[in-house]
Amino acid sequence: MFHKNHAEPSGARGQSSAREGRLASFRPSRWRAPKELLLGYGLQLSATISILVSFGILFVLVKESLPFFELVSPWDFFTGANWSPLLEPRSFGILPLIGGTLVVTGVATLVVIPVGSLTGIFLSEYASKRSRKIFKPVLEVLAGVPTVVYGYFAITVVTPALRTVLPDLGVYNALSAGLVVAIMIIPTVASLSDDAMRSVPNSLREAAYGLGATQREVSLGVVFPSALSGILAAYVLAIGRALGETMIVTMAAGATPQLTLDPTESVQTMTGYIVQVSLGDTPVGTPEYLSIFAVGLTLFVLTLGINLFSFWIRHRYRQAYS
Amino acid sequence: MTSSEPHSVVLAAENVSIYYGDTAAVRDVSFDVLKHEVLAIIGPSGCGKSTMLRSFNRMNDFISDCHVDGSITFLGDDINDSNLDPVSLRQRIGMVFQRPNPFAKSIRANITWAPKMAGFTGDYEELVERTLNEAALWDEVKDKLDKSALSLSGGQQQRLCIARSLAMSPEVILMDEPCSALDPIATGRIEDLMDALKENYTVAVVTHNLQQAGRIADRTAFMYQGELIEVGATSSLFTQPKHQKTEDYITGRFG
Amino acid sequence: MKRSELFPDMLEKRHKRDRLFYSLTVGALWIGVVALFVLIAGVLWEGLPWLDWNFLQEFPSRKPEKAGFKAAFWGSIWVIALTTMFTVPIGVAGAIYLEEYSANNRFHKVIELLIANLAGVPSIIYGMLGLIVFVRMFQETTDPHTFFGIQVPFGRSVLAGALTLSLLVLPVLTITSREALRAVPDSLRQAAFGLGATRWQCTRYHVLPAAAPGIMTGVVLAISRALGETAPLIMMGALTYVAFTPSSVYDSFTVMPIQIFNWASRPQTDFHNVAAAGIIVLLAVLLSMNALVVVLRNRAEKRRL
Repeated sequence: MFHKNHAEPSGARGQSSAREGRLASFRPSRWRAPKELLLGYGLQLSATISILVSFGILFVLVKESLPFFELVSPWDFFTGANWSPLLEPRSFGILPLIGGTLVVTGVATLVVIPVGSLTGIFLSEYASKRSRKIFKPVLEVLAGVPTVVYGYFAITVVTPALRTVLPDLGVYNALSAGLVVAIMIIPTVASLSDDAMRSVPNSLREAAYGLGATQREVSLGVVFPSALSGILAAYVLAIGRALGETMIVTMAAGATPQLTLDPTESVQTMTGYIVQVSLGDTPVGTPEYLSIFAVGLTLFVLTLGINLFSFWIRHRYRQAYS
Repeated sequence: MTSSEPHSVVLAAENVSIYYGDTAAVRDVSFDVLKHEVLAIIGPSGCGKSTMLRSFNRMNDFISDCHVDGSITFLGDDINDSNLDPVSLRQRIGMVFQRPNPFAKSIRANITWAPKMAGFTGDYEELVERTLNEAALWDEVKDKLDKSALSLSGGQQQRLCIARSLAMSPEVILMDEPCSALDPIATGRIEDLMDALKENYTVAVVTHNLQQAGRIADRTAFMYQGELIEVGATSSLFTQPKHQKTEDYITGRFG
Repeated sequence: MKRSELFPDMLEKRHKRDRLFYSLTVGALWIGVVALFVLIAGVLWEGLPWLDWNFLQEFPSRKPEKAGFKAAFWGSIWVIALTTMFTVPIGVAGAIYLEEYSANNRFHKVIELLIANLAGVPSIIYGMLGLIVFVRMFQETTDPHTFFGIQVPFGRSVLAGALTLSLLVLPVLTITSREALRAVPDSLRQAAFGLGATRWQCTRYHVLPAAAPGIMTGVVLAISRALGETAPLIMMGALTYVAFTPSSVYDSFTVMPIQIFNWASRPQTDFHNVAAAGIIVLLAVLLSMNALVVVLRNRAEKRRL
């Protein structure tokens, strides 16, 4: 029937103890079979929902995008550098949206990789038991803050603060959004790299210390490289989250689709555009309306690629120790 | 094996007691490790021999509630002195562990990593070749120095660990049951190694294998339940032990 | 060559670098801590003055002084209650199947991969899925008509919102439940089998109670996540100006994060402060949920002893 991960003696079916004899309610094994079978299939159904949803997403995105791609050629869409869905002359080149997404993600990545990794190294190699007990929950709280609250934080605290240092900074800019996205992701990177480094066996640390190395040298030279596959996967996961982030960028990055590398400018991300259209009164069936599905499809493919890349990294760089 | 030339004292333990919290793992132990000898420390499980060995290069520092009473000196200097940097101590007293623990790096990088951290100014290729030769591993790996150390067999990995510790040019090499995870052939190769190493280094080996001590050690120390029962030339310790406990252990009455 | 020539004394420099590095790691830690602190302090500073009982009793208004959180608060409660009802059975059941019943075969691995991928899909994509599948149910308009007694399509309703969030949160819940199940030692299962239990009996009476604290934590984390989600519900049409609380699952609705977003997007600073008040309420709800789970976990663990 069903095979399991955990060892089970074959043919194990519950039967009342012989000690209870004829007085016990003795159900013949045939009675149990349908119930067990039903349960098994019921559970299997729950697991197959994941298949349904995965294909559902793909199906919906593709189906709703098809009418769009009849109006706008895929080539123009994916290579066009002008995104102007409402203003004449209308143009549906997605590159500015992708660019906006990449600028925000780029800022976030540049911040979260050093900060998150160093935090993880502290937790794994330097923190006392007491420190861990205090700081791990703090990081969990940081991870649990809703993104709309982070968006609020970005526009009421971060942007004004940055503008005192950089007076040319616009009210909407990619820098604020990127920094706050980084703060949101720090716990993820810190936690995952902490886990990865803690699973490096202590025998390696002993060997390194035994050779007359300092704590920094051991942490950076032996532990960190040994945990690399888990740490890299954490980085890629963080990048994926930054790519898909919606509320912080909607509130803080702006709604100006432009292709630029300058984070002090206002940009629009793919997610920001989708929200903008959803909030508006765009009638169903118009090109602007249909464009959100095409953008959504692009976003989905991008994050899917990142996720698969993360799995590949874990697989490829799997050291004996991780 | 024994030489009639008097050897100077390299490591001296005097009235050493080592506590984990309130429990004493080592009680009032005193013995010397002499230059260019192989000293074996034997005794049944839990007698404190590993703890004693680790105190020589302050590896017990990493255990939070461990503290050391008494005096341990290395070439006359108190190693537990607060002014002494344990990092520098461990550069001069190396250690090989029970299970081989090579880094997840290439064979070459395993050997060159610590010297590089320490600012080695010599030739790295020469260093790699010399230490691998001293560890009797050169011929087997000379064509694959860039391959991962984890691709080697258990015995090869342990010899790599020995080469790695030799790369720091230590004066003493401590070995904590280095062969217990290895098969007899690999064990034999490492025993041959120990004999060769004593020419340039001083070696202290903890072992639970009596025959091994008999084969490799110039002097042997016997510990039991945290105390040093007897220490002396291996041949006399084995054939004419001074204490009853030693004789019982040697003849296999316990342990 | 003498040892002192081969190994120059670099100890001072190495230790100095060690101290610098340590400061960097501590500094990195404090970046996150300080950010959290500033965030919460800022929200409290700006929101507390605007937080009073009226705030929870009133509906939103054009005037900041009159703006209330009532619709959003109860909308959230409705949606989250439904979401919990949907996700917990399905998610835990799926985890049980994957962990206790399924073999390590290809099918199993595919499902694992799919679930892990789904956990990484941006929430707004789930909003699109919800829009087409639940709100519109593949139809062009949302005019309702009944279909076997159920109002179809679901429209921009609490029901559609809950279903959308359920799909969003299901992968994460399944993963954390699996980890909780995996943490139960095998010896427990083998003891049960040794006494003649069926797989279901073993799971129901032995494994589940042991994994309960971990599963509960996972459930609360998932529900907390759903509570804070904005984008998918915006996508599927939760309204931003709602002056009523839902009275049936087919009603339109709004939720706390969307209301907060709406207020925060207005130019007037007073509305920003009202948004802060809303954030305080939202965070308070999240905090109490997390506190509840800590209490439940402690009780469950005490009972096992």
